[in-house]
Amino acid sequence: MKGTPAESAGGSATASGGGAPRDPAESAVEVDDLTPEQLAAQWEEEKPPAAGALANAASSLVVLGVGIGAVILSVSMGLGTPDKPQPGLWPFVISLVMVALGVFQLILGRHNRDAEKFTRMSTAPLTGLVTLAAMVALMPLIGFELPALVLCIIWMRFLGGETWRSTLVVSAVVVIAFYAIFVLALNTSIPHLF
Amino acid sequence: MDFLNPVINGFAVVLEPTNLLYCLIGVVIGMLIGVLPGLGPAATIAILLPLTYNVEPVTAIIMLAGIFYGAQYGGTITSVLLRLPGEASSVVTVFDGYQMAKQGRAGTALGLASIGSFIGGTAAIIGLTFLAPIVASFALDFGPPEYTALAMLGILLVATISSGSKAKALIAAALGLLLATVGRDIFTGESRFTFGSLQLADGIDFVPIAMGIFGLGEILYNLEERHRAAKAPSKVANVWPSRQDLKQASGAIGRGSVLGFFLGILPGGGATIASMASYAMEKKRAKQPERFGKGAPEGVAGPETANNAAATSSFIPLLTLGIPANATMALMFGALLIQGVTPGPQLVEQNPELFWGVVNSMYIGNILLLIMSLPLVGIFVKILRVRAAILAPVTALITLLGAYTINNSMFDVTLVVVFGIIGYLMKKFGFEPGPLVLAFVLGELLESSVRRSLLMFGGDSVGFLGRPISATLLIIFVLVALLPVIRSVAAKRKSTGATAVTPEIKEKV
Repeated sequence: MKGTPAESAGGSATASGGGAPRDPAESAVEVDDLTPEQLAAQWEEEKPPAAGALANAASSLVVLGVGIGAVILSVSMGLGTPDKPQPGLWPFVISLVMVALGVFQLILGRHNRDAEKFTRMSTAPLTGLVTLAAMVALMPLIGFELPALVLCIIWMRFLGGETWRSTLVVSAVVVIAFYAIFVLALNTSIPHLF
Repeated sequence: MDFLNPVINGFAVVLEPTNLLYCLIGVVIGMLIGVLPGLGPAATIAILLPLTYNVEPVTAIIMLAGIFYGAQYGGTITSVLLRLPGEASSVVTVFDGYQMAKQGRAGTALGLASIGSFIGGTAAIIGLTFLAPIVASFALDFGPPEYTALAMLGILLVATISSGSKAKALIAAALGLLLATVGRDIFTGESRFTFGSLQLADGIDFVPIAMGIFGLGEILYNLEERHRAAKAPSKVANVWPSRQDLKQASGAIGRGSVLGFFLGILPGGGATIASMASYAMEKKRAKQPERFGKGAPEGVAGPETANNAAATSSFIPLLTLGIPANATMALMFGALLIQGVTPGPQLVEQNPELFWGVVNSMYIGNILLLIMSLPLVGIFVKILRVRAAILAPVTALITLLGAYTINNSMFDVTLVVVFGIIGYLMKKFGFEPGPLVLAFVLGELLESSVRRSLLMFGGDSVGFLGRPISATLLIIFVLVALLPVIRSVAAKRKSTGATAVTPEIKEKV
């Protein structure tokens, strides 16, 4: 799913350098006289900055790498013939298509503006990922409660900018609610400490 | 009138208390999702898939369908009040809806949108009731070659109609097809791309892919695109439109119903395209097109009607042909497969309770939405104030813990995180995740159809052109494949003087 203008519009205030969010009333005055075309142009401008040709080329090379790797593995599985195919034939055909598209993208799609630049704000999903990975690693060892609590605290306080008070209260409520639903009510075998 | 018997029996299914409850839960969740910018219906359905395991198939699909068409209603509220479309299909509603709100007519805009959505949705269900069995009986004659051509065309249309780079959408589709080959070969049973892992021997489950790519990928992406706190008007009055407003919007509602219905059926079509096409049509037909963008009621009523009609009619190719028309329908396809139900021509005859139960639940769901959306608009306005900072960790935890309940396995949780990373990176680099998921769910059908067809033709691929339906579909496939090239060449010729306006929006508006 492509990010809707809602996302871009909504995210613009903070994405562009972490400045204070604009007052919606102020924004409302500004858009009073905008035509649909101008509004669409404004949404376009509010999108995160586009990545350059290097990022596009890098993503094409990844595609190319996956495609070539799949071609090699497919051939090693055996191709056979169209009327007597071996397991590798179908993945081989798809991999070839992928390689062709990767080459096309590398040559002709380098200057597309649909890739987004990684900015200072990109540390937020990276932090989010680290907490998720830590939770996956710790869950089998110490259950889900403590990792989930830490994840909530980091996401709310440090990524979301909530106050300490609301962070601690909401995090505790969320973990207790999930414990009640998944452990007590649904009786699932989710690893849990208590 | 015998054909009406299963239709009437379908009402008995949907009127069961459990199904009614799940229908209500679905449309309420859908409306909430539509209201809250960020997660779309596809991400929500992906995240909630594990919750449907313990209920009957018909109940599960009734709830998931409710989320889908409920989101079309909810997306209107933020479009009108905040200039922020909660859902992609409500983008054009912003143009006139927000202007109506600025003129103190927010209630009228929301009222017209709700009435239009109800009429569009209901008209599409009636169309679905009569058209779906005909399509299904026609499709009973389909063999492997026809399914090959249809699946290929479906994937291509979804990839080429999606916004952004067509080549990247096709790459995403190819990746989806490749992921579908992981596991045992469907004919020989030999392992493919399993790298010795026993957990991959049975292939990758659809649910971790959907939850990761759509759910977690979207959540991570939204962490970066932190939403500013929404400040909606505290009170919205006069949600019942006047007779004059209704008269002005009635033509747009009628046209939107028909247009939305037909665009929803087409593979690659759907609510977003239908709403844009309706807006463009109303503007072209208007005697005073300059009123559009300045608070024209038709500019709200038409698109909102069309997006609901399209959302409903997009169930036709899914339920009758087994071909999802868009990414959300691909998730619905996966949900049905999980429940042991294979969507396709046989569904109407072999599982009429499910088919007509789901179809008829939409009548009930639309009535529930009409009842809720007009009087309860104030409550939904208050929900807008829920902060993204709180929603993000809650949805992430639901995703992780829900993923564990699929098979009680940490491997599935790990897969969700891996596909979450892939989903996030795909969004960052401009690759549409929809074609990947759609191609993944169609992968097995496509491979088995291709291989069976080649066996039928003795390995001669020209055989596809010897059958009228598959030949026709393949000719359409080639034309659709060449269209972006032709358009790109034409666009380059008149590229001078281009503006910053997104080409798709510009040409459609």
